[in-house]
Amino acid sequence: MLEIKNLHVKLEEEDKQILKGVDLTVEAGKVHAIMGPNGSGKSTLSYVLSGRDGYEVTAGSAHLDGKDLLEMEAEERAAAGLFLAFQYPVEIPGVGNMTFLRTAVNAQRKARGQEEMSATEFLKVVREKAKTLKIDADMLKRPVNVGFSGGEKKRNEILQMAMLEPKMCILDETDSGLDVDAMKLVSEGVNALRDAGRGFLVITHYQRLLDHIKPDVVHIMANGRIVKTGGPELALEVENNGYADILGEAV
Amino acid sequence: MADLAVKSDPTEDRLAALTMPSCGAWGRAVREAALARLRSTGLPGRRDEYWKYTRPDTLTQANVVPAAVFQNDELPPFEGLERLKLVFVDGVFDADASDDLAETGLEIERLETAMAQDIHWAKDLYGVLETNGQTPVARPLAALNSAYASDGIVLRVTAPVARPISMIYRHENLNSDAILHHVIRVEKGASVSVLENGPAAARLNKVMEVDVADGAAFHHVRAQGRDHERRAATHIFARLGTESRFKSFTMTVNGVLTRNECVIELLGDNAQAHVAGAALGDGDFHHDDTVFITHDAVNCESRQVFKKVLRNGATGVFQGKILVKPGAQKTDGYQISQSLLLDEDSNFLAKPELEIYADDVACSHGSTSGAIDDDALFYLRSRGVPLADAQDLLVLAFLAEAVDEIEDEDLREHVSARLSGWLERHRS
Repeated sequence: MLEIKNLHVKLEEEDKQILKGVDLTVEAGKVHAIMGPNGSGKSTLSYVLSGRDGYEVTAGSAHLDGKDLLEMEAEERAAAGLFLAFQYPVEIPGVGNMTFLRTAVNAQRKARGQEEMSATEFLKVVREKAKTLKIDADMLKRPVNVGFSGGEKKRNEILQMAMLEPKMCILDETDSGLDVDAMKLVSEGVNALRDAGRGFLVITHYQRLLDHIKPDVVHIMANGRIVKTGGPELALEVENNGYADILGEAV
Repeated sequence: MADLAVKSDPTEDRLAALTMPSCGAWGRAVREAALARLRSTGLPGRRDEYWKYTRPDTLTQANVVPAAVFQNDELPPFEGLERLKLVFVDGVFDADASDDLAETGLEIERLETAMAQDIHWAKDLYGVLETNGQTPVARPLAALNSAYASDGIVLRVTAPVARPISMIYRHENLNSDAILHHVIRVEKGASVSVLENGPAAARLNKVMEVDVADGAAFHHVRAQGRDHERRAATHIFARLGTESRFKSFTMTVNGVLTRNECVIELLGDNAQAHVAGAALGDGDFHHDDTVFITHDAVNCESRQVFKKVLRNGATGVFQGKILVKPGAQKTDGYQISQSLLLDEDSNFLAKPELEIYADDVACSHGSTSGAIDDDALFYLRSRGVPLADAQDLLVLAFLAEAVDEIEDEDLREHVSARLSGWLERHRS
């Protein structure tokens, strides 16, 4: 589903190489986790895949279902089925959460040549999905993420994911800033979306999140490369011994 | 002795091109008095401090710069809303196109009718609030208006009025030079909404004097613009009694030159005045909001919320002042003026001022200009919203604080829809 080959990326402004040859394939129905120390390039990978400005791809490729992601605008990637749950969801004063969700859902439908969702239908679906994530009516009415707690912001990301029904979900440190209960709620939301047609790339520092969202494959990223790949046991190894051992071994 | 070249006086040049409308005794007297006020200051020139950011030339000169009548297929503003319609074409009241004044059940008449009568309540208001508004800063274009206004509405409201009074200003003549003057008195406990829309003329000079009595409420929503080449200088002079409320919102799109002055005196305790504006400017657009609010009573609240979106070299100006007089304790004054600059060619010039002579007040003011938030833009796009739609959404979000000042939900939605319609038509 998601196929990344030899991806090299540098920061446009600083001429600093961040990704130095990332190879990664995520199959439909699988959950891949990427772990790694700070500055290893995990967030850069998520931004480059979703089309944020400020990065320059110097070599390599990234395809989603055979379509060249790097040739597309951010909104085209979204319509093609890519979703990024932000590490720091953005506050947008003046835009109601509901308006935001509906605009996004209908923009994607339009881009795919589907009929737009009617207001009533949308309302019904959003209420149902919000309920399972314990998002109340007030949170839906408020401006996007404005005044939301850390946990509320992350739950709002998952709600967007549930509404947009992407094929490929990238979760960038979704566990950061979450307490135990919130992490459970968010994980349940993610697990509910797991199915045979959907791939996940879960980026995290800690093994904790992976207790709730059980990965099929775990990758360790360091210094702009995937240095080790294994099963869920690799995450436990990191938890017990830190990155130093693995990195020493890999180099 | 050599002949001295006669230096032309811009004020006299302008006056020479005008004719004072004939009217009854009190009308004549107040017009002559206004003319004297104008002569004592003269029309504003480029060196005038109050006109530092806006060139007054085309507003004050004798001849009108012609303005093309702009055609598009968009419905006029406020269409479909239940309202009383008063139509002016190039500054002249059009009785045929308007609702019948006699059947409104309201005390409403044309300015010339009111001025033809020997005794009329409007005598205590016409030019009176304008005169009060001449200090500490002179407003010569308003004095010129009081002297030469050729049409307008005189309205007295004695009870709450459900149907908004809607003034529709049509522009048909390329060279029209309109001078309109409305006088409105909202009596104790009464309330009324006044809507205004349309380009009015190639050049418009408009004054609205509003007297809001104790416990009364006045709501004003204006949709200014449409014609790209039109010019306008407008003044609102309002006097607020105890526990009265005044709310005015203006949406401005298009127009090479617009100067909206709003002068409010809070004279009764617990009064409330809110003035707001949302302006969208593209290219050859100059928009100036000049506001002067005087707190002269206890426990009054005032808000100024002005937002401007500017691109392709458009210019926005804000001059806003809150004056708190001695003894006006517990004043709550808020003023914000912000611009969203969509490119580096556009300008925003702001002069926020506070002058406070009481010691127990809360006044705040803020003025900013900035670009569209890239993070927010990416966030929207990452959810599948196309770039142009995402930009429009953020522009509307920026304007929302001003638009939200409109109390009536129907009107608020109406204004929002027009703003988004304009954005859609003006995509680069």
